[in-house]
Amino acid sequence: MKEHVDSIQTYTLVFLSLLFLTAATTVVATIDLGAFNVVMALFIAVVKMLLVALFFMHLRHSTILTKVVVGGGMLWLAILLVLSLSDFVTRGWLPVPGK
Amino acid sequence: MDSHTETPELQEQFETPAQQKEISTLGMWIFLVTEIMFFGGLFLAYAIYRREFAGVFGLASNTLDVVIGAVNTAVLLCSSYTMVLAVRAAQIGSRKALIVFLILTILLGGVFLGVKAYEWNQKFEEHHVPGPTFHLEGTTQQGPAQLFFSLYFTMTGLHALHMVVGEGLMLFLLWSAYKGKYSPTYYTPVDVGGLYWHFVDIVWIFLFPLLYLIARHQH
Repeated sequence: MKEHVDSIQTYTLVFLSLLFLTAATTVVATIDLGAFNVVMALFIAVVKMLLVALFFMHLRHSTILTKVVVGGGMLWLAILLVLSLSDFVTRGWLPVPGK
Repeated sequence: MDSHTETPELQEQFETPAQQKEISTLGMWIFLVTEIMFFGGLFLAYAIYRREFAGVFGLASNTLDVVIGAVNTAVLLCSSYTMVLAVRAAQIGSRKALIVFLILTILLGGVFLGVKAYEWNQKFEEHHVPGPTFHLEGTTQQGPAQLFFSLYFTMTGLHALHMVVGEGLMLFLLWSAYKGKYSPTYYTPVDVGGLYWHFVDIVWIFLFPLLYLIARHQH
């Protein structure tokens, strides 16, 4: 298996994009978008995470097994967040008899 | 590849250096997945309480210094950039560049921790540390306000602890690199150390908007 060596240009481009996105998220946060402020903040954070993981952590050159492990980790994180929040968010939606 | 290519760094249970490296990388990723779950619990706690006490959390969040937060994010991204260049230097066998980029990474990590210490000190001076002297202006809900700062200190504190561990790893890599232990055929510790460093960066990528930015538009 030959190791893949990325060019300095690739890394520099990714680095500059990360700096740009940091500035973007800071500026966008000052504009009132209502509920979409949170959505925008998380969307930009996810894009930054993908840039770091795919390029800096070489995930795009990794073996299938590594990708499955990372995917599995994200799946369990999603279970943790989605199922727990679905409980807290829906509390009080239906009346409880005798309460 | 032929079976068991002899190199001094190859452990006997592996067939080839490539297989050995794959296993090391995979092991690091599995560790990082446990870290994702570990931080995930804190992010979940933050999400639940932020939803419950949106107003106070917004007020408390807006007392944080967004300029310092953004600059520190940039510092950490710079350190990730120098780290990835260190790994690249190891890949192409440039010992001098590896040493220089590792030193830069350590210095940038130190700057991040220094700024963080300055911020925490400010919290003490502003009475924003949960405890008997806690007081946040502009709200009667002092309890939930303390909850925000408890989460703030836990999350940034745990992140900083990871940074301190990372700094230790970098010093070890620097020492080994100085001794000339790494070559294009064996640089796995640099690669795996890089994965850890970038992971810690990713945690901050989420902490910054969630702690500093989310209520900025109500300012």
